[in-house]
Amino acid sequence: MLLRTENLTRTLETEAMPVTLVKQASVEIKEGEYVAIKGPSGSGKSSLLYLLGLLDRPTAGKIFYRDQDISNFSNNKLAKLRLEEMGFVFQFHFLLPEFTSLENVMIPMRKLARLSDKEIKAVATERLVELGLEDHINKLPSQLSGGQRQRVAIARALANNPKLILADEPTGNLDTQSSENVQEILQNLVKTHGCSVVVVTHDPEFAKRCDRTITIVDGAIIKE
Amino acid sequence: MPLLFFIALKHLLARKRQSIVSLMGIILGVAFFLAISSIMQGSEADFIKRLVDNSPHITVSDEYRSPRVQPAEKLFEEGAIDIASVKPLTETRGIRGYQKILSYLGNQDDLVASPVLTGSAIISFAGEEEGVTLNGMIPEEIHTVSTIQDYMKEGSVDRLMSNPDGVLMGQSLARRLSVSLNDTISVAAQGGRVRTFKIVGIYQTGRGGYDRRQIFVTLKRAQSLLGRTNRINAILVKMTDPNTALTRSKEIEQIIKYKSESWQEQSEDLMNTLAIRNMIMYSVVSAVLLVAAFGIYNVISTVVMEKHRDIAILKSMGFPSGDIRSIFLTQGVLLGIAGNIIGIPMGCAFILGLQQIKFRPPGSSEPISMPVSWDWEQFAIAIAFAMFASILASFLPARKASHVQPVDILRGGL
Ligand SMILES: Nc1ncnc2c1ncn2[C@@H]1O[C@H](COP(=O)(O)OP(=O)(O)OP(=O)(O)O)[C@@H](O)[C@H]1O
Ligand SMILES: [Mg+2]
Repeated sequence: MLLRTENLTRTLETEAMPVTLVKQASVEIKEGEYVAIKGPSGSGKSSLLYLLGLLDRPTAGKIFYRDQDISNFSNNKLAKLRLEEMGFVFQFHFLLPEFTSLENVMIPMRKLARLSDKEIKAVATERLVELGLEDHINKLPSQLSGGQRQRVAIARALANNPKLILADEPTGNLDTQSSENVQEILQNLVKTHGCSVVVVTHDPEFAKRCDRTITIVDGAIIKE
Repeated sequence: MPLLFFIALKHLLARKRQSIVSLMGIILGVAFFLAISSIMQGSEADFIKRLVDNSPHITVSDEYRSPRVQPAEKLFEEGAIDIASVKPLTETRGIRGYQKILSYLGNQDDLVASPVLTGSAIISFAGEEEGVTLNGMIPEEIHTVSTIQDYMKEGSVDRLMSNPDGVLMGQSLARRLSVSLNDTISVAAQGGRVRTFKIVGIYQTGRGGYDRRQIFVTLKRAQSLLGRTNRINAILVKMTDPNTALTRSKEIEQIIKYKSESWQEQSEDLMNTLAIRNMIMYSVVSAVLLVAAFGIYNVISTVVMEKHRDIAILKSMGFPSGDIRSIFLTQGVLLGIAGNIIGIPMGCAFILGLQQIKFRPPGSSEPISMPVSWDWEQFAIAIAFAMFASILASFLPARKASHVQPVDILRGGL
């Protein structure tokens, strides 16, 4: 078991009243599994994904990574875990605007510093080529199309050979063509890199490609 | 290039104009700091040099710091006896046994000493009368303890050696009495003694009181005119190293008992004025750098504000808070270093420019260039202050950046 949660709850204190984003969510993600999260808008899909990605802390409940309880890990330890084991792709392709595609992919690798600078450059280039970006390696994000940016973001998420990829509506902003392309890439990742992928999507076609679908309504998981 | 440094540099280069504006603040701050500090230090050093050159380093006078113990008290040292109406023995003024003191001072190899007898006198010439201070000195020794030979307008100090009835006076006094070189004047002292002197030298030091009130004659003539044969009332001392005057004067006073005042002690109020002047200047230039620090603060806070999204990305990638703080602190440090790298040469250029300015101080015949200081300490202070200001100014925004929670940004969508 790669990632497991027990009754995860996340409440947000707002000025008016507390809002519950996620209610008692228990999720299990196996290694090499391709899981979709779907549900109506505002149901708490993104919130659940942030909890799974250790970007947010639950108000109650527990998270286990490889059967280790990480609920009480310090922020720095969680950051290290994210760096080594996880990759994120967001709906609004969050690339660093001052850096070229190559540099964007290299930054997490250089942070991890497992490889030499030369190797990092080679691997990062390979990732970008793999995703069909050979002509855009030294371009800035502002010089790329939406689909290209999303592919750079995927390449960056893959940079450190993560065990878990978390994607929040990665195709939400793309045209049909690019969307298909990204869907295929993610599906291939599971096969070629052997990593688990959790993807939030509205698109039923997209969800169909996955091994299983978690449906969430009003912050609670209603169907596995 | 280290990763965090690389990111920091990119952030700065991405907003060149803002970075340059804040950089200008530090550059000008450092340059002005150097220029002002250099001229203040330089003029202070120049001022002290003049002070030290033109005045004796130690003046031994015929006074005691504490009143002498009277013979009546000596008699009953142990007893509790109240002696009323004791009149202290009237002593003839002057340094007693000065030959011994002079030979003691003559044996010290870090100084030269020369005796003086001063007293007041009145000069009359063509119906004009002027009160002056008469200085009797050994003509051969004047140049060792004084600098009036450097200020001679006419005649010379040497002529006093060959002419025992010669007198040196300041130009203002000469003008006032309408006398010129080689004229004869008569000088009267208390007690009614009158002597005639021939003017063998006229000097102009530029110090008003000095040029109008002091006249120099040979020690022998002064002694006879003032009716104090074989007496002196002061010893002027010049040190090889003027900075030792304060401690040496104390040692000397211990031994010879007469009050020995160093130049530092004599110009204590001036020294205080200089200290206050320094304080004012350092607050002014610190204010300049403080303004520069606000510039840095402004830029880095703006960068942090604009970079919330990037901070969220970096954190989601696995950069810990400490890294985020380092990235923005590095930007402050980079601005500080760049500010110094450009500001120091610019400051040096300012100083060189100031050095070119020539002016004629009153009383000086030669135009002199602005006194400046190239002391390394002021460079160290400028560098340290600029770095400190940049680090402090970037510290607050950097800390704020490290507290950004990625989910807050992600939830916000864009
Ligand atoms: N800062 C906030 N303050 C108050 N409520 C919030 C805040 N952020 C999110 N919410 C609420 O939490 C709920 C869950 O939000 P979340 O973004 O997880 O939904 P989602 O399923 O991802 O929606 P979408 O499909 O539109 O992306 C929503 O109802 C939203 O209104
Ligand atoms: Mg969402």
